[in-house]
Amino acid sequence: MKYSPWSQDAARLLLATLRDEKGPVLMALQLMQKEFGYVDPACVPLIANYFNKSRADVHGVLTFYHDLRTTPPGEHQISICVAEACQAVGARALEKEAKAQFGAEVTDSYCFGNCALGPAVMVDGTLIGRATLAKIEKARS
Amino acid sequence: MRVFVPGDSAAISIGADEVAARISKLDPTVTIVRNGSRGALWLETLVEVDTDSGRIAYGPVMPDDVQSLFDADFLKGGAHPLALGKTDDIEWLASQERVTFARVGIIDPLSLDEYRQHGGLVGLKSALGLTSEAIINEVTQSGLRGRGGAGFPAGIKWKTVAQTNSAQKYICCNADEGDSGTFADRMLIEGDPFTLIEGMTIAAIAVGATQGIVYLRSEYPHAISILQNAIEIAREFGWLGDRVLDSTHSFDIQIRVGAGSYVCGEETAMLESIEGKRGVVRAKPPLPAIEGLFGQPTVINNVLTLSTVPMVIAQGAAAYKARGVGRSLGTQVFQLGGNIARGGIVEKAFGVTLKELLDTYGAGTLSGKPFRAVQIGGPLGAYFSTQQLETSMDYESLIAAGGMLGHGGVVVFDDSVDLAVQAKFAMEFCAIESCGKCTPCRIGSTRGAETIDLIIKGVRVDENKKLLLDLCEVMTDGSLCAMGGLTPMPVKSAMVNFPSDFLGAAK
Repeated sequence: MKYSPWSQDAARLLLATLRDEKGPVLMALQLMQKEFGYVDPACVPLIANYFNKSRADVHGVLTFYHDLRTTPPGEHQISICVAEACQAVGARALEKEAKAQFGAEVTDSYCFGNCALGPAVMVDGTLIGRATLAKIEKARS
Repeated sequence: MRVFVPGDSAAISIGADEVAARISKLDPTVTIVRNGSRGALWLETLVEVDTDSGRIAYGPVMPDDVQSLFDADFLKGGAHPLALGKTDDIEWLASQERVTFARVGIIDPLSLDEYRQHGGLVGLKSALGLTSEAIINEVTQSGLRGRGGAGFPAGIKWKTVAQTNSAQKYICCNADEGDSGTFADRMLIEGDPFTLIEGMTIAAIAVGATQGIVYLRSEYPHAISILQNAIEIAREFGWLGDRVLDSTHSFDIQIRVGAGSYVCGEETAMLESIEGKRGVVRAKPPLPAIEGLFGQPTVINNVLTLSTVPMVIAQGAAAYKARGVGRSLGTQVFQLGGNIARGGIVEKAFGVTLKELLDTYGAGTLSGKPFRAVQIGGPLGAYFSTQQLETSMDYESLIAAGGMLGHGGVVVFDDSVDLAVQAKFAMEFCAIESCGKCTPCRIGSTRGAETIDLIIKGVRVDENKKLLLDLCEVMTDGSLCAMGGLTPMPVKSAMVNFPSDFLGAAK
């Protein structure tokens, strides 16, 4: 996935699009991540100032949600569902194999709503049903 | 010539896009409709051809099957090993009672014309001619209860909001379908988004709200994009925005996307999240119906609840409540998942037995091994054993059996499952997803996982089982919301229904 390089100026322009939103902090953080691939720590004071919140407020939101990350992502993101329905069809074994092969690219997730066609894996934003290591590898390339 | 290839994300996950692309390539004159899924996910990709005698189905079609379908002249309904005959005659589908899911899989999800041809907007148009009291009365009379899991009567919630004075009221649709084993909200939004928009609009007219918000989880990118398109189409049509369908009402809908937090499916945590804050649960009272989003009166309903409303108004309360048992009226959209041969959506009147769902529809496990356990109602729901298959699937019977209906997810496990490991996972999941407000949930979940680990390892098993049950009691009684309050349900049901998995080293 392609992201823009982090830039304060670009970030400010993006925040301006949320000026009329009620309760904009989470949306702002999500927007930063969508654009830059992660939430740069410099976003915290930026968002706090822009929306008249404390830095603690913004930091609190940033650290609460599993989706939000504060470091740039790698080239590939492999997210394996390890919730019950996928566990029932071997997600734990797949998780182990995938972590052995793809290391830090792999993260756990809980449910993509594909529970009748598990194991479910999201590779760079594409959902794979009845996932196998081979299917993950193919989607990753 | 129209060919239907589902654009549902489950179908896409096993190759529907590639199937559609290959059909187009082999015959560019074919019009491909990306319908929702019929719900028979075990038949995906289910390709349907529109013929003079009705829609003919083929499935499950893999991309490599496409050439042979053309060789068999499937566009004329030709014979093929994957041919299933008329879609309407497939027993798995024909024996269901589709009410909420009536249009899903049948229409093009983003065609307002098809939506109207199949009964869409009838409910809203008749609601526009009714008083607020009459709409709410109809919903109350129908017996429609909250499909998110709590089962609270929808009409009573609406009445509270209607009677609370405020210049600004909100309709919040909870589409944070985080329970493992549930996917009905996603499939409804992807397959028939206008139904949800119609239900929200009717709710808005009934209670006097002007703004709707759909809190939709980030794990559902495809549903987000379909719903966003549907909202824009509804705005252009003069349905959403100022003067809804030329009436005096105004109503618009915004999507707020979740950020990967399970607890935000709890209604007050969801409100906090929509307000842009940490998803920390609020104490009740005040009820959200009185002080909800941004402190204003707010209707919070699940996707399925709101999407059932148009039918209730169009066909009347009596038609809806003619189905079901006891106080569980109407239909429930069950979702069969996990280790199951025929998974997908089964919409049936309340009162169908677990056995019927698993045998008639599920047709055994995917692995072919004997079935051993089934978890009903998501990660906070109980584990049932093969001894409990006669349980009637309705709110009250499931509670009486020590479980709950939840959002209607049914997750099957074969005999390789270890229920002590599943119980430990329930605690671990709670530890990961707890919002942290209540100590029994925040800390109890971690201690619970550790205690189950000791039991698994055979350390002071009897003593630790007693301790675990005590901890479960504290979590149940000492947590504000269902996250900490119901995590003990899978744990205790596993201990009670599968005692042989909790013998420690002795097993």
